[in-house]
Amino acid sequence: MVERRPVLNFVQHFVLILGAAIFAFPIYLAFVASTHTGIEVNRGLPLLPGDQFFQNYATVLGEGLSTAGAPPIGLMLMNSTIMAMAIALGKIAISLLSSFAIVYFKFPFRVLAFWTIFITLMLPVEVRILPTYEVVAQLGMLNSYAGLSIPLIASATATFLFRQFFMTVPEELTEAARIDGAGPMKFFRDILVPLSRTNLAALFVILFIYGWNQYLWPLLVTTDESYYTVVMGIKRMANAGDSLPEWHLIMATAILALLPPVIVILGMQRLFVRGLVEVEK
Amino acid sequence: MRTKRVTFRHRWLPYLLVAPQIVITAVFFLWPASQAIYQSVLREDAFGLKTEFVGLANFERLFSDSAYLESFWTTIVFSALVAGLSMGIALVLAVMADRVIKSALVYRTVLIWPYAVAPAIAGVLWWFLFNPTIGIGAYAMGQLGYDWNHFQDGNDAMALIVIAAAWRQVSYNFLFFLAGLQAIPRSLIEAAAIDNAGPFKRFWSIQLPLLSPTVFFLLVVNVVYAFFETFGIVHATTGGGPGNETVILVYKVWRDAFEGLNLGSSAAQSVILMVIVIALTAIQFRYIERRVEY
Amino acid sequence: MADITLNHIRKVYPGGVEAIPGLSVDIEDGELCVLVGPSGCGKSTLLRMVAGLEEVTGGEISIGGRKVNDLEPADRDIAMVFQNYALYPHMSVYENMAYGLKNQGTPKAEIRERVNEAAGILGLADFLERKPRQLSGGQRQRVAMGRAIVRKPQVFLFDEPLSNLDAKLRMKTRVEIRDLQQRLKTTAIYVTHDQSEAMTLADKLVVMNAGRIEQVGPPIALYERPATKFVAEFIGSPPMNFIPGHAGADGVTIGEGVKLDDRPHQHGEVSVGIRPEHLVRDTAGPLSVDVRVVERLGASGNVYGWVEQTGSELVASLTDATLPQPGETMRMSVDPAMLHLFDRETGDRLD
Repeated sequence: MVERRPVLNFVQHFVLILGAAIFAFPIYLAFVASTHTGIEVNRGLPLLPGDQFFQNYATVLGEGLSTAGAPPIGLMLMNSTIMAMAIALGKIAISLLSSFAIVYFKFPFRVLAFWTIFITLMLPVEVRILPTYEVVAQLGMLNSYAGLSIPLIASATATFLFRQFFMTVPEELTEAARIDGAGPMKFFRDILVPLSRTNLAALFVILFIYGWNQYLWPLLVTTDESYYTVVMGIKRMANAGDSLPEWHLIMATAILALLPPVIVILGMQRLFVRGLVEVEK
Repeated sequence: MRTKRVTFRHRWLPYLLVAPQIVITAVFFLWPASQAIYQSVLREDAFGLKTEFVGLANFERLFSDSAYLESFWTTIVFSALVAGLSMGIALVLAVMADRVIKSALVYRTVLIWPYAVAPAIAGVLWWFLFNPTIGIGAYAMGQLGYDWNHFQDGNDAMALIVIAAAWRQVSYNFLFFLAGLQAIPRSLIEAAAIDNAGPFKRFWSIQLPLLSPTVFFLLVVNVVYAFFETFGIVHATTGGGPGNETVILVYKVWRDAFEGLNLGSSAAQSVILMVIVIALTAIQFRYIERRVEY
Repeated sequence: MADITLNHIRKVYPGGVEAIPGLSVDIEDGELCVLVGPSGCGKSTLLRMVAGLEEVTGGEISIGGRKVNDLEPADRDIAMVFQNYALYPHMSVYENMAYGLKNQGTPKAEIRERVNEAAGILGLADFLERKPRQLSGGQRQRVAMGRAIVRKPQVFLFDEPLSNLDAKLRMKTRVEIRDLQQRLKTTAIYVTHDQSEAMTLADKLVVMNAGRIEQVGPPIALYERPATKFVAEFIGSPPMNFIPGHAGADGVTIGEGVKLDDRPHQHGEVSVGIRPEHLVRDTAGPLSVDVRVVERLGASGNVYGWVEQTGSELVASLTDATLPQPGETMRMSVDPAMLHLFDRETGDRLD
């Protein structure tokens, strides 16, 4: 603070607290709705939590919304976890390897490889929906965990991040390792990967959230309910035909769907912020 | 493009290392993208029996199709509103948080988590909040004399998806604005204070100009977000309605391909979207290069 | 233990820049050979070629009679101490020292024994579990040394290992390195740009300039009989003075017949080199010096000024109790046996 201005300070805290409250409000209401019976919610939403918490969450986790033909949320949560982990770890693994090759080796077609990876930056799933779907269908990967995750794990962003980080690793470490008798893969495993730990963790947070929050892709490649992810599955419930939507259960599902990534982001806030700013550099 | 000064020597290892990424890129990116380009110049007859080469006819048809042009316009309005709203709110909050150094981290914690919420979930939450019969937001609007109904009113529906999309993006923008503000040397602000510039003057004459690279960068990022990552919001809530009032381009590509089964048109739309992404990416990279020189 | 032979070594960079045009030197077993020269003279490139970190364009490097040109660094039986130490930041001191042995497949018990032994020698026994970032600069330098000695290599390579230390620590560590190398009797190549480090450490001193060797020999020989003007200027501090002169049948003269030496020569136009420490105050001396700046260093002092008769710059190191004042003019002389004569064109030594 450069000078003392009590009024301004008060205004600041007021604005920030108001902002935070407005931000949290939709989640709060969703939580409130998830603790009442459907009848109570449809009668006009109360503003304080009710007593149906365990009842509602047990219902969605165990049974799902039978009327909407959706599977239990427990299964969807597991599918989401598998997809998010596979995407995050897969992206990290292939990007680590390819950026290692691009930075630490000179080989013919190196620049071509780099540009091939680079171009993926320009082709988000959303702009090549149908042909990508066709490829996945031809490979028989519809309704499978592989189909949910593999097409999304090529990532120019992660490759760039690692490339940038590797370029800052002192040359002498590589030389010392060579004198110490470490070949390329030993150097990669013993020196480079341990040195990248912070970057790995930061990237994991971002990619886990990215994977978890996928919507369009699971919508395309899954028709079998047992492969639904929770983020796309919620739509099935919200549009459950002509019957009144069961808002209390939908909101319980929404809370469950947003909880894992929110926990990850809050738990690893420092890493996440650092990673985000690094990636966009 | 540089490598390390000291590189390893190996005949086949580097190829093995890049292979997984190259294979995935080729199968799921390059091949589909080239298919999209290929299909965009073909037309299939109604029974899918034969296809013929039609040149740029699919594109010509698109740009004379009022539905497509409307969708284009909808997307532009939507993007402008999302970017403007989320950046404006984020900037105000970041400036406030930057001044209260001690509690900036606390505020950052309570403000960043909406970024983790999936766009589709964000849509459903706001959809519920403004539900015309039971939503508390709609009720509040009613008390203010406005009859909110996003099922029937296109403007209400648009406002809803804008709010849901911006809500999530404020967190992201806030982080970058706060980081940008905190990177401005304290001594600069102090020098200005000694030069008798009050807090508002300091903001306009020092912080905002120094923040302009961040503003520009976020503008591109937000437009990309609004264009390409908001499919879930529309699909999970308005479904493009009422009428076609909230059909954004990405939603239209999907609907024409999977519900309308109009392959040539959908492919042509994909190609147009690719051109837009490439243009935005190029702008972003030019910007990054510029920043490197600073 | 091994000798090192460099035979017509060439280094041409991919861009076509010739860093080393062809250079030969022999280093005997157990010798500490110092490569010294200004930055960019090729001394580090040469060291890195011996280490195997830089490809050799032409010629042959052999260690202990074995040609090593195409061997990986790890197979050359060498150890290297880097300027910035290059310690692995995520490994403890122990792991840093043990890594090379581990990669060789040395049994665990032996690794432990050797690391402990090295840690004992270097006074690192209490720090084995620490990470490099928890150590001071001097301690890191020791770990880098430790990593080199646990390997018991045939050759030590030092790449300016002291330049990241402060002046006091540098002097102390210099003595320790010398002591350690003599105790272990390991052949060593040591690269530095600091002439006093080079003088004090070397058994064999190699002065390099623009990729070529200017002179090789024991430090004292280079000091007493520098083969070129470049070596004369580089070795010794403050550097040697040069005054244009004439060396003919009537002896060595500068300016208008100012005679420094009576003995006849047949060289003609020369550059006369005089070390600052060989100049003495002498009221009957031939040189007349305008004093500009006087530096008192305690036991001695440096006097900077101009030779009146030729206008040449001059510095003299005097050990007199009283030094002249700036603005004074003093007479000086030099023992004729201490004069160095160089060709004015080529810079080569003439006598």
